[in-house]
Amino acid sequence: MTVYDAMFWFFSLALLLCGVLVLISRDAVASALFMVLGFIFLAGLYLLLEAWFLALIQILVYAGAIMVLFLFVVMLLDFREKRRWWHGNLLGWLGAPLAVAALLAALLPVLKRAGALADAPEKWFEGTLENVMTPVFTRYLLPVEVTALILLAATIGVVVLGRKETKP
Amino acid sequence: MHLDGVILEWVFVIVRILAIFVITFMIVPYTVMAERWVCAWIQDRIGPNRTGWFGLMQPWADALKLFLKEDIIPHHVRKVYYVIAPTLVFLPALLTMALMPWGSNLGPMSCVLADIGPGMLVVFAVGACSVYGIVLAGWASNSKYPFLGGVRSAAQLISYEVCIGLSLVAIFMQTQTLNLTQTVLYQAANGWLVWQQPLAAFLFLICMFAETNRAPFDFPEAEQELVSGYNIEYSSLKFGLFFLGEYANLMVASMLMVTLFLGGWSLPFAPLNAPAQVWWVGAAHVAIFIAKTACLLFLFIWVRWTVPRFRYDQLMGLGWKVLFPLALLNILITAVVLGLRGGA
Repeated sequence: MTVYDAMFWFFSLALLLCGVLVLISRDAVASALFMVLGFIFLAGLYLLLEAWFLALIQILVYAGAIMVLFLFVVMLLDFREKRRWWHGNLLGWLGAPLAVAALLAALLPVLKRAGALADAPEKWFEGTLENVMTPVFTRYLLPVEVTALILLAATIGVVVLGRKETKP
Repeated sequence: MHLDGVILEWVFVIVRILAIFVITFMIVPYTVMAERWVCAWIQDRIGPNRTGWFGLMQPWADALKLFLKEDIIPHHVRKVYYVIAPTLVFLPALLTMALMPWGSNLGPMSCVLADIGPGMLVVFAVGACSVYGIVLAGWASNSKYPFLGGVRSAAQLISYEVCIGLSLVAIFMQTQTLNLTQTVLYQAANGWLVWQQPLAAFLFLICMFAETNRAPFDFPEAEQELVSGYNIEYSSLKFGLFFLGEYANLMVASMLMVTLFLGGWSLPFAPLNAPAQVWWVGAAHVAIFIAKTACLLFLFIWVRWTVPRFRYDQLMGLGWKVLFPLALLNILITAVVLGLRGGA
């Protein structure tokens, strides 16, 4: 086993463990923090794939901004779950395995190709800023701009909805 | 010979780790000291002058005192989070030190411990995670004032992070790099960015005051309202770590400002505006970097004891309604100028 393999297994297993802990923690804050830890391990996996930019953005955006907001809301509401994770209803118990099975079925074509891809000669794509962003601003410019417009609309909507009616 | 090269690399790495550690732990206590002296001077007092020669041993006496105090963990706290929170404040600051270009090179040894390609993004990513320490401390203390401090801190840091990012986009557009060493080299060749991007520098400086929770934006620990905010329930060395972390973050902010806007280790004349060829120029570069950082630290302290605190709604209004549009405007201006110049 090379160092690379060892790191891959470490990051993957730690990520899976964090995922499980997010689900079974009783405390919502603990769940959120395990999610942050999970994001950091996921960034480690990206680094192993030489996707530098993606790894950094993963930490910057998800761990640094989105999860802080999550934590903020969870702390402000301060709700505590009385039920444990095994107290789910029948729908949950049946639905979860079905959802996992559906996901695996969807991923199956990719997983089948994984062996062939691993054996393929090096046509590695180093995920530097230039390599990731050049296609975004040339080939995929229109989808990016449309997405930006949709996000802008959502932002304006939030501002309008969140505004308090001020009395004169 | 190859093995020798590898061993030499490792020796360099260990030397730089130790040097950064020692320099940081020498500068941080004396920043606290400087704060007390400057504050006393501004308020027309004398300040600490009893311990050692001119009071120079005062920080070490304080550190010893913190070591020897009883470590109290109140029974109402959430223990695990309570214990890890002080570390989470201090760790990001130390991590960022490793990325700073402390100098050009000393002989064959580069003065940057980790010269990562997109170094600025790493600094951001690490800095973005530094909010967890304060938020967790506030929440884990399980009492009102710390909690208010933590919540305020989260809102403040998130708001101002946006503005930091946007103010630096203009810099990246001009220098065409995310690497900190390259940014310094660009400034050594083309003049300091503070003259070319004054608006970005100004916005960045204001945001740094907010990011480090310093007056006039020290809401997480506003003494008159929250006693001392997120760290009330902490004692002994845990409190000491918060204290150290605060000043280490201040040091990081000053270093970032120096690196991005004030030319890093360079000075705009002959032997000092290019990477060092001889060892004494390299040493001078390190000294210049530390001296510039010290000047900015003084600026931070000076502002703290001169400017009164904002109100909380003023802070949010300033962040979102003034700084944010100005940062966007600055990007627009930079883009137009670069486009007209035919660069980029």
